[in-house]
Amino acid sequence: MNKKRSVLQISLFAVIAGILLGFVVVAITGRSPFNMFVALVRSMTGFNLTKPSQGINVTYILNWFLNTMPLILTGLSVGFAYRTGLFNIGGEGQYIVGALAASVVALTVKLPAIPHTILCVVAAMAAGALWAVLPGILKAYKNISEVVICIMMNYIAMYFSNWVVRTFLEIDTKTNARTIGFPETAGFGKVFANNPSNFNWGFLVVVVCVLIYWFVIEKTTFGFSLRATGFNKESARFAGMKVERNIVASMAISGAFAGAAGAVVILGIFKYGRIFSAMDNYGFDGISVALVGMANTPGIVLAGFLFGLLKAANTNLQLFNIPMEISELMQATIIFLVAIQYGIILLLDKFDNRKKKGEVVTEGGAAK
Amino acid sequence: MSTVISMVVSATILAAPLIIAALGGLFSERSGVVNIALEGIMQIGAFAAAASLVLMQEANVPGALWISIGIAVICGTIFSTLLGVSAIHLRADQTIAGTAMNVLAGGLTVYLSEIIFGAKSTRSFIFALNRVSIPVLKDIPIIGPIFFNALYPTTYIAFILVVITWYVVFKTPFGLRLRSCGEYPQASASMGINVVKMRWIAVLASGALGGLAGAALVLSTNTYYYAGTVHGLGFVAIATLIFGKWNPWGVLGSGLFFGFCQILGQYSTSIPFLSGVPGEIFKLFPYVVTILAIVFFSKKQVGPKASGQIYDAGKR
Repeated sequence: MNKKRSVLQISLFAVIAGILLGFVVVAITGRSPFNMFVALVRSMTGFNLTKPSQGINVTYILNWFLNTMPLILTGLSVGFAYRTGLFNIGGEGQYIVGALAASVVALTVKLPAIPHTILCVVAAMAAGALWAVLPGILKAYKNISEVVICIMMNYIAMYFSNWVVRTFLEIDTKTNARTIGFPETAGFGKVFANNPSNFNWGFLVVVVCVLIYWFVIEKTTFGFSLRATGFNKESARFAGMKVERNIVASMAISGAFAGAAGAVVILGIFKYGRIFSAMDNYGFDGISVALVGMANTPGIVLAGFLFGLLKAANTNLQLFNIPMEISELMQATIIFLVAIQYGIILLLDKFDNRKKKGEVVTEGGAAK
Repeated sequence: MSTVISMVVSATILAAPLIIAALGGLFSERSGVVNIALEGIMQIGAFAAAASLVLMQEANVPGALWISIGIAVICGTIFSTLLGVSAIHLRADQTIAGTAMNVLAGGLTVYLSEIIFGAKSTRSFIFALNRVSIPVLKDIPIIGPIFFNALYPTTYIAFILVVITWYVVFKTPFGLRLRSCGEYPQASASMGINVVKMRWIAVLASGALGGLAGAALVLSTNTYYYAGTVHGLGFVAIATLIFGKWNPWGVLGSGLFFGFCQILGQYSTSIPFLSGVPGEIFKLFPYVVTILAIVFFSKKQVGPKASGQIYDAGKR
């Protein structure tokens, strides 16, 4: 069995099994699996199976895309680090400082519309990169696991961001829980002004980032040297690559993608500076996206759409009397199955062997 | 003075779940399994305790409180088998498996709340843990009011567990074997120690303690379970473990310290010379301190060497 195919098989197996398990759990807990199917179909196509006469509602499709945008970005973030042998569990923190930087630029800088928004995004990516540099440096020069440092940095980001927003930005006096709205010049407008969906021009940031990811990882010597570092640090060093610099650079780029996710969400949906009471979990979702997407470009995009669908389905699930947490359950099952891929390989191998034996008996000549 | 005492008392209350969970982490990391899933295990424990307590109180079951704590311990243990199977048998990346378990616990507990209680949280329980005072000792000046007056029993349980953990892990042959599995499992195996069994015991102990920690948290600081009950305390528990140098007494000290940091954030406005400092600073303090501690420790090998590594008996 060639290796690439089996990685794809694991992902597909995990996704299918995770979703099936979701249906089973819904059935066991006394809710209707059919309703869940209806909700998922409606979130994906805008078509309500129980009321076919209503036709297709594009808003649902656009909302699905909207939910997918930040997931692809944090997926790229985790995937980039993963390809270079690092586990960036700090996407959440980088996402938050990204949102913070975008808010600061949006509220304090005065520029015409398009440059202003671009500057917000650039600031967010820089902030995310900066936030990821510390774990990178500690990993590269002191060999300290980036995992624990990243987890700590997540919480530092949240409280730090809240402090900055509360202290330095203009707070909305009505709610006292957020800043005043961003000026018109900073923010992504809707792509389809007539549609109630918030689907916005932030999707261009996603497209650009996907292209950057693909180009850097697959097409440049720099990307090759990063991947080589991930494969085997010592042989990369022996081949003359600057291993320490690569690790720091890889974390920084990874952080920049997560920071971009922060910008896309805050400039496209909220349009004001936020005080976080809990995390949005996009950074953690990025882990699922990257792992299921096998950390390659098309895989991450597809996995982003998959988990985006699960997120977008939340409102529809509630509408059809299914607790929306079922989507978290399915997501968790999928990552867990990817994590235990050794077990899945054993299972798939067993299955393959049985099938092969069957083939030999039935069409003995053709098998050889 | 009274503010200080009430602050220290609040800190010990909040420290209890941190210490108990960190001890859970201590068992599993000492055996070589990183437990990122502490957060999720605590959520499961907190939900199990809150939900079962509500249901039993409504049915007038005697001793509901202690039974609910027992249920939390059992549920935490059962949930930790996911970590055991994936990390010990299926060679999973322990960080990824742990992350998946955290997502799962967050989803599962709220899902079950919706199914059982029809809301995103459990119903409120009528009464939970009562504060207890220890008769003679509470009259000792200064120490008495802080450590022996009007504390939740969870604080005492945490302290007793510290002593037990220290004895088991550092004073018994079992503990020596357990620690060896976290340092160099292949060498342990060559001495006839069953590494797989030792790691299983440690992971299950970790689940039991994590479940207990969740119960201690929800029963002493809340009246119901909701998605934000644990709010990252599982990760603070990991910080507690690291800052406590993977040692029970260190865990006790760092747990009290981190508990105090959390409380300072809430009290800072009422203390004159701290009122200018924003509460967020205190809240992020434990995490900053932990990073500094990790950097400082990194010069010498403090933590278990093989922690987080997949055990492969054939590897030397």
